[in-house]
Amino acid sequence: MLFAIAWRNLWRNKLRSSVIFVSIAVGIIGAVFSGGFMAGMADQRENATIANEVSNIQIHNPKFLLNEEAKYMIPAAQQKVKEIKQIPQVKGVSLRLKVTGMAASANAGAGITIRGVNIGQEMKVSDIKDHVIKGSYLAQNDKFPIVLGQKLSHKLDLGLGDKLIITLSDSTGTITSGAFNIVGIYKTSNTQFDESNVFVKKSDLAKLIGYPVTVGNEIAIRLHSNLETPMVVDKLNKMLAGEVQSKKIIIQSWDQIQPLLKSMVEMMDYFSYLFLIIIMAALAFAIINTMLMAVMERTREIGMLMALGMNKRKIFNMILLETIFLSIIGAVVGVGLSILIVHYYATYGFDLSSSAAGLNAFGYSTRIFFRVSNEFYVISLILVVIIAIISGISPALKALKLQPATAIRENN
Amino acid sequence: MSIIQAKNIYKVYNETNVPVNALNGVDLEIEKGEFTAIVGPSGSGKTTLLNIIGGLDLPTEGDIYIEGTNLKSLSSRKLIDFRLHNIGFVFQAYNLIPVLTAMENTEFILELQGVPKKDREKRAMEILETVDIADKKDHKPGQLSGGQQQRVAVARALASQPKYIIADEPTANLDSKSTEELLTLMKKMNQKFQTTFIFATHDQRVMDKALRIVTIDDGKIVSDTQFER
Repeated sequence: MLFAIAWRNLWRNKLRSSVIFVSIAVGIIGAVFSGGFMAGMADQRENATIANEVSNIQIHNPKFLLNEEAKYMIPAAQQKVKEIKQIPQVKGVSLRLKVTGMAASANAGAGITIRGVNIGQEMKVSDIKDHVIKGSYLAQNDKFPIVLGQKLSHKLDLGLGDKLIITLSDSTGTITSGAFNIVGIYKTSNTQFDESNVFVKKSDLAKLIGYPVTVGNEIAIRLHSNLETPMVVDKLNKMLAGEVQSKKIIIQSWDQIQPLLKSMVEMMDYFSYLFLIIIMAALAFAIINTMLMAVMERTREIGMLMALGMNKRKIFNMILLETIFLSIIGAVVGVGLSILIVHYYATYGFDLSSSAAGLNAFGYSTRIFFRVSNEFYVISLILVVIIAIISGISPALKALKLQPATAIRENN
Repeated sequence: MSIIQAKNIYKVYNETNVPVNALNGVDLEIEKGEFTAIVGPSGSGKTTLLNIIGGLDLPTEGDIYIEGTNLKSLSSRKLIDFRLHNIGFVFQAYNLIPVLTAMENTEFILELQGVPKKDREKRAMEILETVDIADKKDHKPGQLSGGQQQRVAVARALASQPKYIIADEPTANLDSKSTEELLTLMKKMNQKFQTTFIFATHDQRVMDKALRIVTIDDGKIVSDTQFER
């Protein structure tokens, strides 16, 4: 009957209880919305980085990573590509020749990374082909084609059909230049990347700087699912154990290549929970206030219950139960509505095109697809119960301090 | 043997700067089956005495024995448990639980006593029939008249099968008809089940039905009269 009393007491002051239900529901929706948004942003950044920039796994000569000097090639690179392709989780493998250089036009110059790619292989690894907004992606029959980012094209004031002069050092360390024909302009959600990365055919680049076309200093591996990255990294480390141990190659997952991105993703999760806790802590005061009012209004009734012989533990539990019911209703409504809202924005995305320029400068897309884990919902509910219990303690203790003989005579 | 023995009871309230002597050496014995009214002017100490007899308050000096148990010797937890199993209460303002129905209010005390659900339903129903309010068993207090609420309060007090029932101004909020009906009911319970009733009252109609009237003034018993009615 304690449950019945606690439950029915909730509805004695419908307006007051409803205010708390709505506050908790809105608080949870706010926390879930911001959490879903932040996770969606992190996901989008993570996915875009993997799809356009680094892929899931990369293999290099460790010396290449120090200064990105092109001469530090991966030993037996083509053989490795063939072997890695056999791993079922692998979607594509691309052997690249990556060189840093200068791009120049009549108006300006810019430091860039030139990615010499095997078109067939690269198509399965990088999504840049899907981001070409003018012209087309590299084609086998094009003569010295180059695809560059929109930001770079603006900076150099070059367009489709123009020639881009690239200056770089060849295999002997001599400075050399080459003219490439702009066949395509791409645009990703990361303008920094667009400004500094160009794509050419590996055969063209190798010829220009005097390397055989079979060599490469970067193997990029794209997986069917990013969740399999750690497992495939393990597999590769075992498969290529000899060269890894002798430091001829190094195998890195995307989060090792971009540790900042990884920590940002983790920080987003952390902030989601922090935000939830702050909201709940603020709500705790509203709950305490409501329950203190409820106890004060019912002084006589509580005194009567004590007089009749209801022990302190039961009085305490009754107030606590009432607080939990009060909180859990708002929480259930809040979580229910949050699920619907998150589902909508996870499907259709949240449009931020009004601030596209700013977002793109930081590598973010203008459409954010929300993500909220089931764990977050469960933790929200658990947190509400914990907050309810903590909030209920003070009013319950106040009730216990009442003296039945005097409480019965209270005029309320 | 008396059910209640109050021996040389003093009660001093120190809530203000000036101590208030509410009871000044009260000796009182109450036997089983009594129908006793404690009367006196406002501030005479009758409510204080009733609180002490009801185990809601303890004397500053002196002892209160209920069937040989000294209430002063009980811890607060045991005192609550003692009240639950030995004392029934009827209050001036009815003091039913507003969110429970008449039936649930009656059952509630039995649940606190740990009576199994089936038994308490049966007993609560019997008592509601006895006090003639069974037809309103599913009504909440707000849906009942004052007289009906007080009947439910009596039913609740009786349900716990107490050694005695304390009734503090039970008729103060009732009209004449309801007062008459309630007193008749209590008298019937007193005669039928030998239930001991102790009232604190101003109400002449209660005094007219009482078999013993203890008059208290300035914290002392000034008269104690038994009647044959």
